[in-house]
Amino acid sequence: MTLAPDRLTAAETARLMARFEAAGAVPVDAPMLLPAETLLDLYGEDIRGRAYVTRDPVAGELMLRPDFTVPVVQMHMASGAEPARYAYAGTVFRMQEAGSDRPNEYAQVGFELFDGGDAAAAEAEVFALFSDMLAPLDLRAATGDMGLLMAAVGGLRTSAARKAALLRHVWRPRRFRALLDRFCGRTPVPEARAALLARVAAGEDVMVDAGPVIGLRGADEIARRVAALAADAAEPPIAPRERALLDDLMAIEETAPNALEHLRDLAVDLPAIRPAVERMAARIEALRARGVNVDALDFEASFGRTALEYYDGFVFGFYVPGRPDLPPVATGGRYDAVTRVLGGGRAIPAVGGVIRPALTAELGGTA
Amino acid sequence: MTLKLGVPSKGRLMEKTFDWFGARGVRLSRSGSEREYAARVEGAEGLELVLLSAGEIPRELGAGRIHLGVTGSDLVREALAGWDRRVAEVERLGFGHADLVIAVPRCWIDVDTLDDLDAAAAAFRAAHGHRLRIATKYHRLVREFLRDHGVADYLLVDSQGATEGTVKNETAEAVADITSTGETLRANHLKILSDGLVHQSQATLFRARMADWDDAARATLRALTARLGVADATD
Repeated sequence: MTLAPDRLTAAETARLMARFEAAGAVPVDAPMLLPAETLLDLYGEDIRGRAYVTRDPVAGELMLRPDFTVPVVQMHMASGAEPARYAYAGTVFRMQEAGSDRPNEYAQVGFELFDGGDAAAAEAEVFALFSDMLAPLDLRAATGDMGLLMAAVGGLRTSAARKAALLRHVWRPRRFRALLDRFCGRTPVPEARAALLARVAAGEDVMVDAGPVIGLRGADEIARRVAALAADAAEPPIAPRERALLDDLMAIEETAPNALEHLRDLAVDLPAIRPAVERMAARIEALRARGVNVDALDFEASFGRTALEYYDGFVFGFYVPGRPDLPPVATGGRYDAVTRVLGGGRAIPAVGGVIRPALTAELGGTA
Repeated sequence: MTLKLGVPSKGRLMEKTFDWFGARGVRLSRSGSEREYAARVEGAEGLELVLLSAGEIPRELGAGRIHLGVTGSDLVREALAGWDRRVAEVERLGFGHADLVIAVPRCWIDVDTLDDLDAAAAAFRAAHGHRLRIATKYHRLVREFLRDHGVADYLLVDSQGATEGTVKNETAEAVADITSTGETLRANHLKILSDGLVHQSQATLFRARMADWDDAARATLRALTARLGVADATD
């Protein structure tokens, strides 16, 4: 990828910031060095493969900011009142896979909206703003909604433990599918587990030949999980019909209105998704009211499952048609779950998105 | 120009490497006093022997400062991001076998697979307020392995030695370490996960893609590979 010269990127950044500010955003700044611990707690060890880590003799491990979301959320939680709109611009740093020609530092311009009121209106406001700003570039927009899959999992007729395990891996599609296959009885119980459970069922003391209990994970924790495994083994498999509905949902790729129809059909058999489907319907109406051509808007139910950011509701991205080699020009979505982790349980409804000004400048600029 | 071959400067890995080349008619030896890292080659024209610590050979290969090098495949994969773009395997030498494995306390009767480890990590984090710690010195290999298998809620802690003791000392809950027989793991009351094999390592002859491969260097490599009876691995 050839990068637009810095001068063009700077002018584009200024234009985008001006648009965000005209939309009511307060410009904010964030430190470039962030405490690694916060990001590791949020994203897990995987972030080490994506972000640059450095050390300070006093502050400990620090990361060059991989995004603005975390510092902006923290700033808002410490001092902000709702509703609040923020805009920011600056460099973010992302380690790239070996051989990738994507830049490892690039400019981002972003907009975040914290609003506990009408969720559909907030989502439509953010999407319509991005859509308007990017309109001159003729990009393809894709949308999704993580809330649908999460609601569908929540509605499965199976144990709370299985639902929790699936929800924990909703952003790791491969592990999610492996768990689902196990819970549906499609993959056999691993040999060692079957042997353990047979001994438990026979009333044997399974710890008798296990050697000394060493380490911080205590005998009580081991016993609790053995009990959980026994309870799970007694749990009937998730019915093939329910699995088929879930697969059907995850495979939806249609225009937003057609996807909505499809989801309303699914909701007849999957009543747990009804509230999420109605939220989507309200969002489509809110988008239409803001002048978005929803009839041509793509909706993909699995969109957003592999992003670094843990979106948990509406998600969107803008792409250059015919150029899969280029990163998305803009991405965004709802991330209430992130605010819940950062707020120690106190969540703030939040929707936001980012644009790559170097890319929009290269494509001819947004103004 | 001469072709530079990096070989471990001491220990069994050096001796076995000398034996392997010697059995194929290329006699490598240390010259000078016991403490001097000078070396001699007989039986191959234009080949210069460079004695290096096994841990430094990946870096020298990656930078192209040596043309060829013998070291453990685990060290190359750990030290060089995108290793297969920077070096090519010429031949696996059949010694120095060691497995990088994930091991947990034997008393964890409920944990036998990565799937179990992931579930135990989630419960551990909820109970203890921090992620389940895995002690290792192979950060890249282990992180990529666990990411590919969708394991979450773990934390890698650095351990440059006596890794098997970290669980007993409560500085880690599990380990990812090199083992050949599993004896040390067993002695420390640890067991290997049934699907916990991260990498099967052995001493390997690597070729540096970034080195200066002029015609003379290529000709020397062709003659050497013919002599050694291994495939000519030039691009």
